Amino acid sequence: MSKFKKGGSKETPEISTASLPDIVFMLLFFFMVSTTMRDVELNVSYVQPQAKELTKLEKKDLVSNIHVGVPLRKYQKTFGTESRIQLNDQFATVDDIQSFIASEREARKEELRNKLTTSLKVDRYTKMGIIVDIKQELRKASALKLNYSALQGAEEN
Amino acid sequence: MADIAFLLLIFFLVSTTMDVDTGIYKKLPPIPETDQPDEEVKVKKRNVLAILVNRNDELLVNGELLDISQLREKTKEFILNPNNSEELPEKQVKTVPYFGDVMVSKGLVSLQNDRGTSYEMYIRVQDELAIAARELKDEKAMSKWGKVYSELDKEQQDAVKKYVPMAISEAEPKNVGGKR
Repeated sequence: MSKFKKGGSKETPEISTASLPDIVFMLLFFFMVSTTMRDVELNVSYVQPQAKELTKLEKKDLVSNIHVGVPLRKYQKTFGTESRIQLNDQFATVDDIQSFIASEREARKEELRNKLTTSLKVDRYTKMGIIVDIKQELRKASALKLNYSALQGAEEN
Repeated sequence: MADIAFLLLIFFLVSTTMDVDTGIYKKLPPIPETDQPDEEVKVKKRNVLAILVNRNDELLVNGELLDISQLREKTKEFILNPNNSEELPEKQVKTVPYFGDVMVSKGLVSLQNDRGTSYEMYIRVQDELAIAARELKDEKAMSKWGKVYSELDKEQQDAVKKYVPMAISEAEPKNVGGKR
């Protein structure tokens, strides 16, 4: 009579893992599309200022970054606690900026060179003196497209 | 299969970042050519909104101590000059596409900081000026097309830009208020 009662093992069957690669690949593609490669390791720490009227920087490959901030703890013995410039992986001075811009240009394709934007990532407590010097150097190197990196601040009104 | 995919996935998770760069976009003026004599551009005093920032991050706008929160309104009033006051900038008749002959302000914003001004203050001033400019443009765009400036097409945007020009000139910094 018992039509539905089947004899045999009561063990639960294994979950099929046949679709696991599909799921993982989907995640992989999501991350590949939505992220960008990490650039240099930072030797300085900075907190960017907040602003409201921001533009998004597109085309990350056409951006060269100049970091200005307080040296990390381990470098403070040699470089002090005043804001310093970091180009690529090293500490630099204002005089190095022109050659830095030149090498950044060199690394790009010829037709894209004049589209290069310089992004200044500066700590909020930095004094303007150093920024002004950087700007002068950038003007001399005729890298005129400049972006003051800032974070989206809260709207007050 | 899954192992390889996992390996790749973890590699990408570690080596990439997700943050988007945002910031205030500016174009620097090119360095003037040396063989050209420095021609001082004469601008009438009423046409200039002189913003000075000292090393204590205090604002002096046309000789008047101002809080940063008032700067936006001050700038808008300066550019618009609603009552055609003698103190505020002159206007000039210009033909602007879509708008026809309109009175365009000759105002110029001049910004000067001390070498000791903090970067945060500098960005805040730049931001307030940018907001003022955007609000003026939005106002004009709203009354003409009923849309905000960013939704207009390229030609319309250019017309609005001509109608409410926002020229900011940054002077070379001085050591106002002495060295630290």
